[in-house]
Amino acid sequence: MHITLRHSNPELPRGARPSARWRRLLLLWLMLLLVACGPRDAGGITVTGSTSVTPFAEHLAELYQHAHAGVAINIQGLGSSAGIRAALDGVAEIGMSSRHLEPDEASQLDQIVIARDALAVIVNPDNPITGLSTAQIQGIFGGRIRSWDAVGGPALPITVVGREAGSGTFSAFEELVMKGKPTATLALRQGSNGAIRQIVAQDPNAIGYISLGIVDSTVKALAINAVVPSVEHVEAGTYTLVRPFLFVWRKGQPLSPLGQAFVDYVMGAAGQSELLKAGLVKGSTTP
Amino acid sequence: MSSARVQRLAFGCIWAAAILTIGVLALIIGLIVWRGLPSISWEFLTGSPENLGRDGGILPTIIGTMVLGLVALLIATPLGIGSAIYLTEYTYESRFTRAIRFCTESLAGVPSIIFGLFGFIFFVTYLQMGWSILAGGLTLALMVLPTIIRTSEEAIRTVPQSYRDVSYSLGATRWKMVTTAVLPSALPGIVTGVILSFGRAVSETAAVIFTAGTALNVPTSIFSPVRTMAVHFYILAVEGISLEKAYATGTVLIVTVLLINVIASSLITRLVRQRVRRS
Amino acid sequence: MKERGIGILLLLAALGALIALGLITYFIFQAGVPLIARVGLWEFLSGMRWNPTSKPPQFGILPMIVGSLWLTVGALVIGVPLGLAVAVFMVELAPPQLAMVMRPAIQLLAGIPSVIYGFIGLTLLAPLVRAAFGGPGLSVLTGAIILGFMILPTIIAISEDAIRAVPLAIREGALALGSSHWQAISGVILPTARSGIIAGVILGMGRALGETMAVIMMIGNSLDIPTSPLQPATTLTSNIGLELAYASGPHREALFATGVVLFIFIMILNALATTFVRRPVLSRSST
Repeated sequence: MHITLRHSNPELPRGARPSARWRRLLLLWLMLLLVACGPRDAGGITVTGSTSVTPFAEHLAELYQHAHAGVAINIQGLGSSAGIRAALDGVAEIGMSSRHLEPDEASQLDQIVIARDALAVIVNPDNPITGLSTAQIQGIFGGRIRSWDAVGGPALPITVVGREAGSGTFSAFEELVMKGKPTATLALRQGSNGAIRQIVAQDPNAIGYISLGIVDSTVKALAINAVVPSVEHVEAGTYTLVRPFLFVWRKGQPLSPLGQAFVDYVMGAAGQSELLKAGLVKGSTTP
Repeated sequence: MSSARVQRLAFGCIWAAAILTIGVLALIIGLIVWRGLPSISWEFLTGSPENLGRDGGILPTIIGTMVLGLVALLIATPLGIGSAIYLTEYTYESRFTRAIRFCTESLAGVPSIIFGLFGFIFFVTYLQMGWSILAGGLTLALMVLPTIIRTSEEAIRTVPQSYRDVSYSLGATRWKMVTTAVLPSALPGIVTGVILSFGRAVSETAAVIFTAGTALNVPTSIFSPVRTMAVHFYILAVEGISLEKAYATGTVLIVTVLLINVIASSLITRLVRQRVRRS
Repeated sequence: MKERGIGILLLLAALGALIALGLITYFIFQAGVPLIARVGLWEFLSGMRWNPTSKPPQFGILPMIVGSLWLTVGALVIGVPLGLAVAVFMVELAPPQLAMVMRPAIQLLAGIPSVIYGFIGLTLLAPLVRAAFGGPGLSVLTGAIILGFMILPTIIAISEDAIRAVPLAIREGALALGSSHWQAISGVILPTARSGIIAGVILGMGRALGETMAVIMMIGNSLDIPTSPLQPATTLTSNIGLELAYASGPHREALFATGVVLFIFIMILNALATTFVRRPVLSRSST
């Protein structure tokens, strides 16, 4: 015998038999799940990689999506190595990198230099120093020079701020400035250029390195070996702290129509002029 | 020192501690809300971010937060309630149930970065979901599962045994008894746990960044990456993109958490009143 | 028949937590243990240099272990006295209306997202520490203060339960024997509640060890082994959070290995805590 207990709990809506209600709930739950499982990546591409490249890529993606409705370009700033890895694995269609590719990476990926970026060594605007030599920078970031008065500033301890291992900016700085000498363990580490800029802007004794393209009025860029960092000096070749911003994708695998269109946009006149406006230097199709 | 003097001193310190705690809470909320409120407008809540978040609004992140929390709950709630029902109604205390309880407690203690690591390596990479709502939702579901199991179990345990006995005496099967006699009464407690879990999902950052990603677009499907308000706040704040928008996003976050807490505690008071009525 | 089916479904649901924990343990260990085996457990735990991108790479996590310990101890120094005091306040000293106000306030403190705590530490506390003590401001001290407040609700909740659980007879007995209220609290009630309070402290410790995002924002992340609370440091968690996005190959394995170490630490702590007490969640809302 099967008796349905009509439990008169005032909380329950009247009328519906309890078992029917549970069935309805289950149906609703299944429907929600079904609706949620929309088409995979409906008309969208994923661009993943260097956090240095991300702000510029996001800016261009924003402009592109404004001009072409209904497409989705998802920019993900997770780091140069992760971006290259993602492109190799096929997790992302396009990878972004702010460092040169290793030989084994280059053999499997097509690459294009969307722009070149100068690295600027920055200090707080209140810091009287206006320039340093490469040797002095190596000494500071190597932990041998600990006080500003050793380089012509006030007698205050230097707060060294850098990026973490694995970052494209970090590798670029190690390669171009430190030239093999290790960064001292006393250096603070931050996860992005923006974070370094923020710390240097707030701490009068801080020194750090960021992409020239995001230097603003909150920090001061130093002249290195008497050469001021600027787009002109980079193009003239006198400022040598330069690294490529790369878009990479799997060799032999053509880009999707949206991917190709975006790359064409970025390399075209409109995209390049936006990047130049943002403080980067012109790119090229070959590294 | 006389014992009266010692007591005055001790109690003075204790009162100071209580005041300090409330004061810090007021300070944190006040600072964020005071600086954030001026930037909040209808456009802010319904617009999309422009210029990486320097201008515009935070609608995609609001959507992202809600959807991610919803997916996490859709997955965790049936699992959690089912688990609780099994542990309370379908078995006796045994080594098996103790093992399950141990696993639940352990899961509750796992730090969020480990969930992020796991979600990244298992859902995003191994199962090839990519950075997506699905990966993020599954990871969050695992994080809130222990809470839902615990609160559901407690709620079910407080249902008077007489309800069950009456149900059985009328010939109900065990499942019928559970759905008609136990669950309806335990519902407020269960729902409270669900709401609290939603609050946890809203605040979570480390696990979400590595599983749902940081893309700023409005999600189009369960496989789209998504940025939640907490992640957006983190990025805005740490990268110095816009302190103003960071404060505003933080305000929306705090208001959301406040609302969740208010709803949950009003449910608890209703629950307490119910128990008093019953006894 | 239907009953049997439902029973099996529910059993599967109950196994969910078990399966989840098993999966997590398996995948994390699988990703991290090989590297520990290659580098050597002792070298990994006691190595003082973390240089994952140098050639050859160095994978020593001692600075992170020390950093985590410093930070956790600091957070406990702040959180335990405060938490215990507030718990005593709630049970013994607060007028009922005030307690009714304080309870939701403490719950709100628990509900505030950790990134907001980190933000406060970064923008409010760090400059204060810098102004007062010099140095970068981003330091173990900053982290410990904020983290102390983050674990406060946990310690308060569990200690409160433990104090409330002290039998009335013991409490009244102490007073009947002529002790003052404070003497009853300090001499009788607190010692009786000791195991519950210790459980709360251990859980607070676990929470402090596991916090990531807020710590990254506040602690500076330098790879030095800190010798004073005014120095920046890195924790096990902040290192993973900082570098994971950019890591690939052995570097990533090393981060998972760090995760393995962290996981084991915390599992031990949690097991320890549960041997002391198991608390209901709905009598006060969970954190």
